[in-house]
This record gives sequence, C-alpha cells and structure tokens, in this order.
Amino acid sequence: MALTGLEIYMLLPRTNCGDCGVPTCLAFAMKVASKQASFDECPHVTDEAKEKLGAAGAPPQKLVTIGVEKPLKIGNETVMFRHDEKFYNPCGIAVLVRDTDDVARKAQKVKALSFERIGQVIEVDTVALECASGDGETMKAAATELNQSLAGMPMVLIADSSELLAASAGALAASRPLLWERGGPSDALIELAASSGLPLVVEGDLEKCAADAQKAKDAGIEELVLCPGDVGPKEGLQFLTITRRAATQKSYRPLGYPSLIRVTSEDPVAQSLQACHYVYKYAGIVIMDTDQPEYILAPLVARQSIYIDPQRPVQVEAKIYEVNEPDEKSPFLITTNFSLSYYSVFGEVDGSRAPARILAVDTQGTSVLTAWAADAFGPEQIKKAIEKSGVFDQLAEGYRRPVIPGLVAVISGELSEEIGQEVIVGPQEASGLPRFLKNEWPKLVG
Amino acid sequence: MAVPDVKENFSGTINEVTIGATSEEGGTRTSTVTIGGETGYPMLGFEAEYPHPPAFALEISTAGVEGWHDECRKHLADVAGDLGAWAAKCEEWGADMICLCLDAAHPDNEGRSPQQCADDVKRVLEATGLPLLVWGTDVDEVDNNVLPKCTQAAAGENCLFGTAKEDNYRTIAASCLADNHKVLAEAPSDINLSKQLHILLRDVGVDLADMVMHPTTGALGFGMVYIYTTIERGRIAALSGDRLLQQPVLVNIGKEIGRVKEAVSPAQADPQWGSHEVRAPLWESASAISYVESGAELLVLRNPEALRQAKTAIESMWP
Ligand code: SF4
Repeated sequence: MALTGLEIYMLLPRTNCGDCGVPTCLAFAMKVASKQASFDECPHVTDEAKEKLGAAGAPPQKLVTIGVEKPLKIGNETVMFRHDEKFYNPCGIAVLVRDTDDVARKAQKVKALSFERIGQVIEVDTVALECASGDGETMKAAATELNQSLAGMPMVLIADSSELLAASAGALAASRPLLWERGGPSDALIELAASSGLPLVVEGDLEKCAADAQKAKDAGIEELVLCPGDVGPKEGLQFLTITRRAATQKSYRPLGYPSLIRVTSEDPVAQSLQACHYVYKYAGIVIMDTDQPEYILAPLVARQSIYIDPQRPVQVEAKIYEVNEPDEKSPFLITTNFSLSYYSVFGEVDGSRAPARILAVDTQGTSVLTAWAADAFGPEQIKKAIEKSGVFDQLAEGYRRPVIPGLVAVISGELSEEIGQEVIVGPQEASGLPRFLKNEWPKLVG
Repeated sequence: MAVPDVKENFSGTINEVTIGATSEEGGTRTSTVTIGGETGYPMLGFEAEYPHPPAFALEISTAGVEGWHDECRKHLADVAGDLGAWAAKCEEWGADMICLCLDAAHPDNEGRSPQQCADDVKRVLEATGLPLLVWGTDVDEVDNNVLPKCTQAAAGENCLFGTAKEDNYRTIAASCLADNHKVLAEAPSDINLSKQLHILLRDVGVDLADMVMHPTTGALGFGMVYIYTTIERGRIAALSGDRLLQQPVLVNIGKEIGRVKEAVSPAQADPQWGSHEVRAPLWESASAISYVESGAELLVLRNPEALRQAKTAIESMWP
C-alpha cells in the first residue's frame, strides 16, 4: 500500500532532530513517499509505526553502494519509464580487465575514458577485474595495483570460486568491491561477504537469483546485485525488465536489487550497441570488454541522456559568457539557455580558441528552433536579453553586431530594427562556428 | 523460488503498414516492407508479438551529398551524382527501402521543377525494386507544387509520402488519396500534436491505418532523449487502445548525425575520442538502436556502414 508523504509524516516522531540526514521529519517523509529513503533510516520510529507502514516504508529496489572514495550508487529505481518520474541513479559503465593483462597499461587506458559534455563529466566509473590466471594471489596483486592506480575506482571482482576471490576481497575490503563468483554465490562466499560487509552478485535465472538473494539476505547481506549470467541481448533485456518490474510494480523483495550485465559479443561495434541497449533498459552496471573510447562514447552519452530529469529541462544561467578572454572587438554570439545549445556553441568557440562573448537567452531551457516556434526566442526577447546583459557597453562601435543562429535567419531584419544595429546571420549549426569565426567574421568587420 | 508474474497485456496493437506494391499488387516493386503489428512494449518476446522487425531506409538526395559529413560521403563518392545508381547501390547495401529526398526543389538549392522531381521519382523507381519513401522540402508552397506531381508519377507503387504537417496537410493528403500512397505525418515531439494531426488527416479522408508518424528526430546526445520519451508515451497510449497513436513511428536519423561533434570531428582534432572512422557510423547506428528501444519501426539512415551495424544489432535483439 502506497502512503502519501503526509501519512508517513504522521507516523514519525516529528521532532525534526535531523538524525536521518534530512533536516525535518516532513522532508524525510517526502523522501520515503517517493521511495528515495527507507523508513528505518529514522532511528526513532516505533515498532508500531514500522508495522503500520510495512512494505511501503522501504524503497522497492535496494540502493547498493560500491567503492568508497568515488562510490557508485545504483538501484533505488522506482519506474519503468523515465517520464513517470525519472531514472535516479546512473548505471555504472565498467571496463573489463583480466588479471593476466598488463594491468598498469589497462589502468592508464581506463583513466583516459573521461570526457566533458554539456558541462558534465561523462566517464567510465567502474572497473571489473576478472581472475583469468586461475590464481588468487595473482588476482590480488592485480586488484591492488588497479585499485591504487585508479584511485579507488569502484571495482567488481570476478572469479570462478570463492577461494580465488578471498585474497582480493580481503586486500580491498576497505574499498568496498562488489564480489562476483561465477555461477554463485556459494555458501562460502555468502559467509565471506557477510563477515566483511561487502556487496555481492547473485547469478542465474530469475528463480535462482530470487532464491539466492533470499539466502544471502537471511545471512545478513543487505546489498546485492542480480545478474543473468552470460546471456545475449534478448535474454538480457527480458531479465532486466522482469526484475525491475517485480521490484517496482510487485514490491517483490527477493528481486528488489539493481542488476549487473556483461556484454557478451566479441565484436566491439556490437558491444557498443548492446551496451546502449542495457543502459536504456534497466541495467545497474554494464561491463564492456573494450577500452577504446570510440566504442565507449556512445553508451556514456546514452547514460547521460536517459538519466536527465524529464521534469526539468537542462539549462544554463541566462547571461553573457566570456570565452577565451574577449575584448571590445570580439564577436558576440547569441543562443538559447538550453544547455545543449549553449554547450554546443561554447564547445566550438572554445575549441577554435577564438575570443568571443556568448549570450544565453532565457528560453526556459528550450532549443533554438523550439524556442523560436514558441515565441521565446524572437526579436523582442533577444533585444531584452541584450539590454539586460549590458553587453553593448563592453563592445566597441561597429562591433555591437550580434551573430544569431542561422536557423532563425528570418528574424534578422526585425531584430536589427529593434536594436538599431546590424545583425549577422551565423551558421545553421554550432559546428560551422570555427570556420565562421576564422574566415567570415574578420571579413565582416573589415 | 516462484517469481511473480509481471507480464503485461494490452488491448491495443500498433497498426501494420505495408509500403510498396509488387506486380501482383499493381506496382513494380520486387519487395515490400511491412512495419508495426507489435502488441507490447519494444522487444519483450516473453509477453507480446513482434511480427516485423524495424525496417531501414537509406536516404538519397536529388541535391547530392553537398553538406553531408565526410565519413558518410566517402561511401557515396561514386554514386552521389546519379540518383539511379545511388538507389541501386543502397539496395545492394541491404536497405529495406529508399528514402528519396527532393532537396533540389528547395529554393535555396536549384529550385528543381515539379516535373523534374517527378522524373527523379521515376528514375529511382526504375533503378531499384525497393519500396520508396519520398520526402519533400519542408517548404510548404514548394511541397504543394512538387508532391502531387510525384505521387502521380509513382501511382500504383504504394509509396510513403511526407511530410504532412498541421499547417500543411491538405494537398499531400489529397494527392496520396488520389494515387493510393501512405502518408507520413510529422508533428514536433508531442503526442497531443500528433493526435491532432492524425485527426485532421482522418477528417480529409486518410485512413488512420495509412499513416506513419514522425515525431521529428534528434541524434543521440542531441535531443534524442526528448523524442525517445515522446515515442514511449505515445506507445503506452497506443497499446492502451488510443487509435490516434497506433501508427508506426519513423525517425530520420542520417541527417542529424552531422550536428554531433562526437560523430563528425576528425581524430586529429579530438584524439581523446578515438577512431573517427569508427565513431561516425557508430553514432548513427547507436542513435537508431536508441529509437528502436523506445518503439520506432522505420529508421532512415545515410551511412551504409551504420545500416549494416544497426541491422546486425537488431537481429541479435529482436524477439
Ligand atoms: S531522524 Fe526521525 S525524528 Fe529525526 S528528523 Fe529524521 S525523521 Fe524526524
């Protein structure tokens, strides 16, 4: 039974002591209602209240934390479609390393898989180490080295038996790795995870995962990750969909955990496309067997996209941005405050090393064409934004000529009348800016 | 351990739409394409029916490949000047359909006349046995002059013609009705706008079953996710029985790829992103896969390598 925030609030002590990590009981109740916090995170609730709340008091899918320094938090998802709320915790994208690889070199490669895009860092944030040597000590040495050179990047330790995992798990316990015994977990590994407090993978079909999850939970392990084993993209999607539905729609606890999936294809293109498939459809961690950026970039952008909050357009502050130290004779470009529009322009200007000013007009985070069609990026709005920014005071006579996106070339005449200055029509796409700034702009200003 | 049954059953089905007509059906196509027919969310073989995998069209343009990005152009150098050869090549590359864009009719280009455009359509129909999607210029007056000639030139071939928009649908609807073609209905990323347009088209006589919808398109990382969500919303309504949203979905990806820096920036400029030769087609195929995840059934691409990649991936995923 789902309770409203207010109903949950009534069950709390209402002392606003803050011990739950949220300043007030009401705020905490709202978090529980939206399934973002568990009722037991308030240390002061009575048993009676707990009983009343029952299953509604805990998120349907457990939050699992891997790593310590820059932890990967997965799970706690509540919906099947992002527009129903949003997807909360971006999945981990992991690169597979074998303990027989040149680990130092691999670590360098993994480190390089970090990029900046529309003002955010998108990167491989997890590493998976597989025991291919068949020797626990070799794996431990590799795990230790990887952990050091990747500064504690969250790690999945993979081996065929708990004996092989034991040494690495012990050595890295403080870094909170995720333990994955292939086909497991065996009783021995459950014991190991329980005593060391480490998260654990349960692998197999749905029934086995549910049974093993129950068993591990009974042994005191709270944080589990479900895995269907080495399956193709059809079975993979099926597993990820059913586990997510069982948790979020049926509150079925034994499958109330995030999932991990390893891309099985050997062809790197297929790897990349299958990784995207799993990023969209419900994976908690996707393990890829490639360290080449050209194959990893698409899944990283897919993840960045699907975890955007659909209720809140991603926007930048509407103001003047100065790039590469512009002076009074530098070009003055206009775009919207939709972050994708702004960062496309910014990226091109920055990349071309040309000094310029960019005015991000407040279109409430909509793109150039959408905003124009909605009358939010017309001559009047742009004029107002220019006036408000005071940018003309920073520009010399003859340089107060805004460059507008080529897509809205039709407004140039009217805008020119409004502001009493010549308006320059820029390229249709941001990608045309480097050439424009280099070749056309100098000609235009003589 | 018994796991709860989470299967979902729906009352609605996505319309099946066939494009192309063989000689038995009064046309000259050697193959036809049928899309749609799904009874559930994308690719869930354990609970629904998926009678037709997504279809892929390769785009060819009457204006050639001017402005197309280099990694795509390099495949087309030999054929881009000859529509017929280009279309035949697309068939060889494994396209299910040809998307003929009448860009040359655009006033910014040469302003090709309606008769010339109709001849272009004929030439392509002669050069390939694949079904045809004909895409206008997005300039209303031009489309209204050009498209009727083209639907006539392709009469009997059961093509898909686009695009019909809220403020310009009458002429194209009438021409498609007269010459028995399917209509591509375009509304910008909003299911209510799509519904409205479908009602308008229905009111002038186009059967709801003869429409394909285009919610507009953005590349992966370039607005894709907004449209992804629009398609998902539409799909949920369609499967729940909303007949105004049961039309299969087309996305036009090829031309969006040129906007994405990650896809077009050469390796010298952005070495951190790795091989450009890999990135360019992969961005296109990854965008295609993204849309299939949300429900799209007909995908228009430009790069033959992206076509190969996307088709291979779909084979491994489609139930
Ligand atoms: S710990 Fe409990 S009592 Fe204290 S503020 Fe949080 S919810 Fe209220």
